[in-house]
Amino acid sequence: MTTVAMSPQQAIEQPNGLVLLLRYLRRNKGLAVGLAIFLALVLFTVIGSFTVDLKHAYPLSVGLKKPPSWQYPFGTDFFGRDLLAAMVVGLWQTAVIGILAGGLGTLIGVILGFIAAYFGGFADATIRTVCQILTPIPVLLIQVVIASSLDKRDVTIFTMAFIVVLLAWMGPTLVIRSQVLTMKERQFVSVAKLSGVSDFGIIFKEILPNLLPFIAAAFVSQVFLAVFAAFYLAVLGLGPLREPLLGNIIWAATGQGAFFNGWWWWPIEPSIGMILILGSLALINMGLDELANPRVRRTE
Amino acid sequence: MRPRLLIKRLLFLVLVIWAASTIVFFIPRLSSRNALRERFAELARTGGFSSTDMEKIIASMQKQFGLDQPLLQQYWQYLNNLVHLDFGVSLYKYPATVTELIAQALPWSISLLLVTTILSFVIGNLLGAIAAWPRSPRWMRGIATPFVLLTGVPPVIMGVLLLFFIGFRLKLLPLGGSYSVGLIPDWSWPFFLDLMAHQILPALALIFGSVGGWVLSMRGMGITIQGEDYVNFAEHKGLTPGRIFRDYYLRNTLLPQVTGLALALGTVVTSAIIVEGLFALPGIGSLINVAIRANDFPTIYGIVIFITIAVAVLMAILEFVYPLIDPRVKNE
Repeated sequence: MTTVAMSPQQAIEQPNGLVLLLRYLRRNKGLAVGLAIFLALVLFTVIGSFTVDLKHAYPLSVGLKKPPSWQYPFGTDFFGRDLLAAMVVGLWQTAVIGILAGGLGTLIGVILGFIAAYFGGFADATIRTVCQILTPIPVLLIQVVIASSLDKRDVTIFTMAFIVVLLAWMGPTLVIRSQVLTMKERQFVSVAKLSGVSDFGIIFKEILPNLLPFIAAAFVSQVFLAVFAAFYLAVLGLGPLREPLLGNIIWAATGQGAFFNGWWWWPIEPSIGMILILGSLALINMGLDELANPRVRRTE
Repeated sequence: MRPRLLIKRLLFLVLVIWAASTIVFFIPRLSSRNALRERFAELARTGGFSSTDMEKIIASMQKQFGLDQPLLQQYWQYLNNLVHLDFGVSLYKYPATVTELIAQALPWSISLLLVTTILSFVIGNLLGAIAAWPRSPRWMRGIATPFVLLTGVPPVIMGVLLLFFIGFRLKLLPLGGSYSVGLIPDWSWPFFLDLMAHQILPALALIFGSVGGWVLSMRGMGITIQGEDYVNFAEHKGLTPGRIFRDYYLRNTLLPQVTGLALALGTVVTSAIIVEGLFALPGIGSLINVAIRANDFPTIYGIVIFITIAVAVLMAILEFVYPLIDPRVKNE
């Protein structure tokens, strides 16, 4: 028999992490666009906070009601705020609220979801029932009650985040609970149990690492909901009135009849900012869903 | 529906309403704000009466509102009043009761909500179904994409954009209010048309703000249903595409969407409230806006509880209606 000349085994090219990430982003276009918008917004606030005088984001710092010009690219409002500075500060504060409330909500959800699913029994029944009772209540309205019973001077962006988080942990709790329930029955958990790993060992070493994609997806959707809720509260005039949160600017603009008076740039700019924030978060959320849920993952 | 299930569902409904009203009762009492004192302090600033009188008035008012009684007794009285749909007296529009104020504003909100919710549900589901339907022409499938992009835009922002482009730039429609300044409300055609013109932008804002979600979920559902055996079978039987679309495809995808509608009700109602406030329509939204600006706490809490009850009851009704559209869930 003749030997077939085999070409020397070619080294399999192992692309590095960045290349793989970029390749994945090319397939998952929604995630790519969402991340791009998000990065642009981050750059806007970071660069803006170094180049713009942030004191101008507060009332009576610049001339009143000036339309967009070279000096004030975004114009100024009725109260003498430079809207460019206001947008820089507002985006930053929105991010703080979103990350704080989203992170806390996810953390509470993960803890409660684990307790419910892993230990079962009475704890599970209690947590599930409380979640089921609270879920049909229009959360935003309860947040309106909480926010309006606070002293106006006590309302800061941090209290906003806490108000939002008080009633926004049910979603992640139920998601994590159902995921832990399915994961609990997997073989690797049984093996760990049989080899005498403690409860905490199983939770932190076996289950938690496998849940990370779900936790990440839950976190992004919590941030989305938190930003949404904080925005609605601010539009109703329940936010920290002094701060230039995007919702506050819209509340102030509609309160002064901005469109009736022709100051169109005043309500439009925060609206566009909000669309970009919520749109990028929604796209990232959908993209992460695809990443976390292989059933809908697209192939190359 | 089996009686046991019915009783269980009703019990759950009562539990939800009780939980919401308990939260609304206790949270304000944890805070240091005194609604009566703030209101009278404001009256004293604008009207001018002596502070000794004010203390007397506040004391008598507290007695009238039952605020001098022990907390548990107040709570019991409060629950008792709720059962009779008595939400107390407005501070801002004293002596009008909150129930009266809500009753005045309610028809406006209901008509707006009913029209926009039904329209966005129908349009969204149709567009989503068409987008997922493999036989629909290419241009019709593409039509859904812009609506999907709208999912991230809250109705209020949609309202601001519509106000800017249609109301402010093109000057086609009014910028807010319920009817034009200077018009006298009567039962005539011009007035009616003016009224309707003021409702178009808020309605469009609500429809555009919520239609994307329906398109998205319906399209997802439509795609999963395509491979099902009964759809293939119907095609091989030679049924017309229209028949398959209507009776096999739409009918099966619609069921989860009705559940989705029940779950989304809370968000739909709150969005409508905020849009009403933006356009200064005389509905619940403007009522709560004014109440927040005027620190009229009984009105804020009354509206919140009322809407919570309404949403919970609507959800329960949708659940009871469910067996009618899904023959598999039997009403025994």
